[in-house]
Amino acid sequence: MDIRELQGYASFFMTIFLVIMLYGYIIHLYRSEKKGERDYEKYGNIAIDDELDSNPVEKKPEAQSEKKEQKK
Amino acid sequence: MQSNAALEYDYTVAKLFTYTAIIFGLVGMLIGTLIAAQLAFPELNYLFGEYGTFSRLRPLHTNVVIYGFTVSGVFATFYYSAQRVMKVSMAESSFIMMVGKLQFILYVILAAWMVVTLFMGVTASKEYAQMEWPLDVLTVLVWVLWGVAMFGLIGMRREKALYISMWYFIACFLGVAMLYLFNNMEVPTYFAAGGLGSMMHSVSMYAGTNDALVQWWWGHNAVAFVFTVPIVAMVYYFLPKESGQAVYSYKLSLLSFWGLMFVYLWAGSHHLIWSTVPDWMQTMGSVFSVVLILPSWGSAINMLLTMKGEWNQLTENPLIKFMVLASTFYMLSTLEGPIQAIKSVNAIAHFTDWIPGHVHDGVLGWVAFMIMAALFHMAPRMFKREIYSKKMLEAQFWVQTTAVVLYFTSMWIAGITQGMMWRAVDEYGNLMYSFIDTVTVLHPYYTIRAVAGVLFVAGFILFAYNMFMTMTASKKLEEEPQFRSPMAA
Repeated sequence: MDIRELQGYASFFMTIFLVIMLYGYIIHLYRSEKKGERDYEKYGNIAIDDELDSNPVEKKPEAQSEKKEQKK
Repeated sequence: MQSNAALEYDYTVAKLFTYTAIIFGLVGMLIGTLIAAQLAFPELNYLFGEYGTFSRLRPLHTNVVIYGFTVSGVFATFYYSAQRVMKVSMAESSFIMMVGKLQFILYVILAAWMVVTLFMGVTASKEYAQMEWPLDVLTVLVWVLWGVAMFGLIGMRREKALYISMWYFIACFLGVAMLYLFNNMEVPTYFAAGGLGSMMHSVSMYAGTNDALVQWWWGHNAVAFVFTVPIVAMVYYFLPKESGQAVYSYKLSLLSFWGLMFVYLWAGSHHLIWSTVPDWMQTMGSVFSVVLILPSWGSAINMLLTMKGEWNQLTENPLIKFMVLASTFYMLSTLEGPIQAIKSVNAIAHFTDWIPGHVHDGVLGWVAFMIMAALFHMAPRMFKREIYSKKMLEAQFWVQTTAVVLYFTSMWIAGITQGMMWRAVDEYGNLMYSFIDTVTVLHPYYTIRAVAGVLFVAGFILFAYNMFMTMTASKKLEEEPQFRSPMAA
């Protein structure tokens, strides 16, 4: 088997592998929402409510500004 | 204590890149229109001696519209929207502000240097990568500074989850960084030719088929990571924000993102169908191009569905019209590309005018429309004035839409005619037409394309004027608009 043939097989199997990964991701997204572990749709509000002083959809623990405030 | 109430988003850097987007857009499109006219009327090649020939101006057109207009638009919208979706102001870090400003200064130096060298005919002779190596080094510096600002802001953010636009901006940063470095591996001819060549002029480190493959791995992914990914980032932020409607399906946006990342990188070899690259690689490029329809349409349909129940906004708000048309052209373009990548279609389409036709319904209808709409949305927030004229915006929309339609329809007809004529053989197997026969037949279509160029530039002048008046003379706003951008009739 020469290098070109090897490359061809590598490409084929990698494609299959990546397709499985992608479908796995779809299943993961829907399953974790169904189980109530995550609510992905709430992240859509990040663009709508984007004022600096509005509440984050998911607050980052210890954002830099808050650390500063805590020190002061 | 610094309270959030007193703190505001800082648009200094976003404004700077807005100015360059307008200036480079105008320059790049003017050159584009001139070279389109040159193809129809060759005597126009001799207007400015060697500096006005098609061969000198064509790389200038592509580089100025891609790296001048589009990339400025990407930086401007990034520095505007990244702060907002992460709820962090650039004013909170003097370091990031300094990085942003430095990035802008180096970018302008780079752009000016690029324009001068390309006018002089200094070129690395690789398509969409014509800049010589010293400019490449500066490009890397500008890009790294963008990365520092991007990841600096991410580090400071208050919003834990990164909004989908940010994913796309990060992909743009990483994708271009990787591809640019590999494609621009080059050696000055001074070293390659043992002291005989020049320090300024370089040759690629790859040769022959390898060079072609790397070139189109880059070339097509410049389309992916400059013309698609950051523009999708824009539409995911600006359409929901302007319409007040959250994205239709966030899950679909995530899925489309990973789908696009997974598929796009493999599609570049469709530029080399029927050439001397391994057959399996051509097939792979072809297959991945067709699969690419799915993630592309995933994003586009998600955008159209975001307007569900709110289609009245299409008639009431010209900015929504721009963005919806941009999404629609994205769909058209991402269907047309895969069709051209099918081997049997490619046998006719390759090297014909159908290809620039395809490119331009994407870049004019999708990229330019989206960037202009985004800048219009940003203007009232950045300059605290309403948009100067709604009527002008409407006029611009129709003039430019007509231009795009004229451009791609004329090139469809021209390209397919050309492809068929090149292949036509008589009963003995002799070619029926010589090259000049095709040129004669195509002349009317080239003229239509030049007219389309004039119309698009006319629309762009309306855009530039409307933006300028918005910045300087429009009615001042008391408070920032929440969703719909205010505009004077």
